Amino acid sequence: MNRRPWQLYTAMAFGYAFLYIPIASLIIYSFNKSRLVTVWGGFSTAWYGRLFDNAQILSAAWRSFLIASGSATLAVVIGTAAGLTLARFGRFPGRGLLSLMSSAPLVMPEVMLGLSALLLFVSMQELIGWPTRGMSTITLAHVTFTACYVTVVVRSRLTMMDDSLEEAAMDLGARPWKVFFLITLPLIAPALLAGWLLAFTLSLDDLVVASFTSGPGASTLPMLIYSKVKLGVTPEINALATLVVTLVMILVSIAGILLHRQQKQQQRGA
Amino acid sequence: MNTRQAVGIGGLWDQVVRNLFRWFGAIGQEFRTHRGRIFVIAIPMLWLGLFFLVPFVIVMKISLATPLFGQTPPYSPLFDHAEDGALTLRITWANYAALLKDSLYLKAYLNSLLFASVSTTLTLLIGYPIAYGIARATPVWRMMLLVGVILPFWTSSLLRTYAMIGILKTNGLINQFLLWLGVIDQPLDLLYTNLAVYIGIVYNYLPFMILPLTANLMRMDFTLLEAAADLGARPWRAFLQITLPLSLPGIIAGAMLVFIPAVGEFVIPDILGGPDAITIGRVLWTEFFTNRDWPLASGVAVAMLLLIVIPTLIFEYVENRSQGKGKGA
Repeated sequence: MNRRPWQLYTAMAFGYAFLYIPIASLIIYSFNKSRLVTVWGGFSTAWYGRLFDNAQILSAAWRSFLIASGSATLAVVIGTAAGLTLARFGRFPGRGLLSLMSSAPLVMPEVMLGLSALLLFVSMQELIGWPTRGMSTITLAHVTFTACYVTVVVRSRLTMMDDSLEEAAMDLGARPWKVFFLITLPLIAPALLAGWLLAFTLSLDDLVVASFTSGPGASTLPMLIYSKVKLGVTPEINALATLVVTLVMILVSIAGILLHRQQKQQQRGA
Repeated sequence: MNTRQAVGIGGLWDQVVRNLFRWFGAIGQEFRTHRGRIFVIAIPMLWLGLFFLVPFVIVMKISLATPLFGQTPPYSPLFDHAEDGALTLRITWANYAALLKDSLYLKAYLNSLLFASVSTTLTLLIGYPIAYGIARATPVWRMMLLVGVILPFWTSSLLRTYAMIGILKTNGLINQFLLWLGVIDQPLDLLYTNLAVYIGIVYNYLPFMILPLTANLMRMDFTLLEAAADLGARPWRAFLQITLPLSLPGIIAGAMLVFIPAVGEFVIPDILGGPDAITIGRVLWTEFFTNRDWPLASGVAVAMLLLIVIPTLIFEYVENRSQGKGKGA
């Protein structure tokens, strides 16, 4: 019996082509000289030049970057606390509630997360006059759902990890916070980095939650792209999309290599 | 019968109160024994409580309000302040009545279920061979193939959906290719159809199906297939009777990961679908952004929670429990 029949190879080739051809064609046509997106008119980087002259796009990109890095950092703090609580603290009152609250946003439709966050912010503003809709509200909403992804990453890393080192340190008299900062934290550092990158890209890509929670004049990059996409395909968006996709792929590859190295080192050490 | 019911309710009440006392006692105990821990627990508890749980109460509250267009906030308050200081509760069920009366909302709900189930099936059909191939590849190839699946997942879903327009439109890649082959002599209408929505959802969610399936298939004992072959089973029969049943947990996990977000999806049907590809996500968006009817949008959100999210959570809970039992046995 042939263990890997040709049908399997064909199906796999089709699947990977399906995953990559749309992105590849987007990248190729971003270097198209012609304004007509489907006719190849020669190689050109003109659309990239136009992109960097467009102040509206640049400011939206900078705003998205600030929101993504701020919310990813806060999400790592909250997600680590939640992951540590769920993986290491055993039973305590409210564990079920925390487990539910940290997994429900993962299955919640984005439109619901966006609407409910906005209605909270509007009610809060009526009551205490804070926060004003804009970058701060987008950041708060992003922290809430990205922290849940960080929780999953940190929690699974901690459950896989042997807790004998932590116990040994406790037995030798180290205080819990010292054990956390000197032992647990360095051991889960790759998971934290992966969690931060995941939160960063989720926030950078988010259209729906940002649209609900944003205020006047605080358009993020996806919101700007969405309003342009509704008008049709243009070479400028192709160029912009190429830059974003390339940036994300480079970041993810770096994180992947770092994680892989660390894993190898730990395996060698063990 | 009334007295029995009363006793039942009384007993229930008694239990609730007793459990509450026990719970507060446990918190006190927790605070005495692990003073540091409670701060770590409090961070995510308070954050998610404030920014995730409280908003749902507010959504429910606003779904019972009347829209006040052009005012801030654009909905009526829950309580009316009379001049003598008396408060009257003002709630209306009109938003829910509208959801039931107008067939548009039922259509949107059924449409969402249709889109999600068709796309989940297609994702399974395309994803299964890939997952199978990855699981049976050599470790180096497996690593590379897995990275190949995960990498697109990290890039923006909005941009990938946008990329799909270039493939599907009248003078897009598929039509050009088919015209060049001579299979068709008129370009097909692909974009802004239900088919485009299916393709878009499959394209966006394929990694969610492949990853759990691969993890499941990698644990499978492939010598079982050799045994089946030795006993004279044809490859297809061995697949249907051995591989498929053994990978069922992976299929269920992958299908859930695709189906759940697909039901509430907004971006893909909005960008790739035609005007009649109305889903719940699109209805909520339109009520909020175009019609500026916040109370009705909240009503749609509550309906979404009751009809989609809660059944999903219950299903997952039951599924996890039955799997946990299977492991214990």
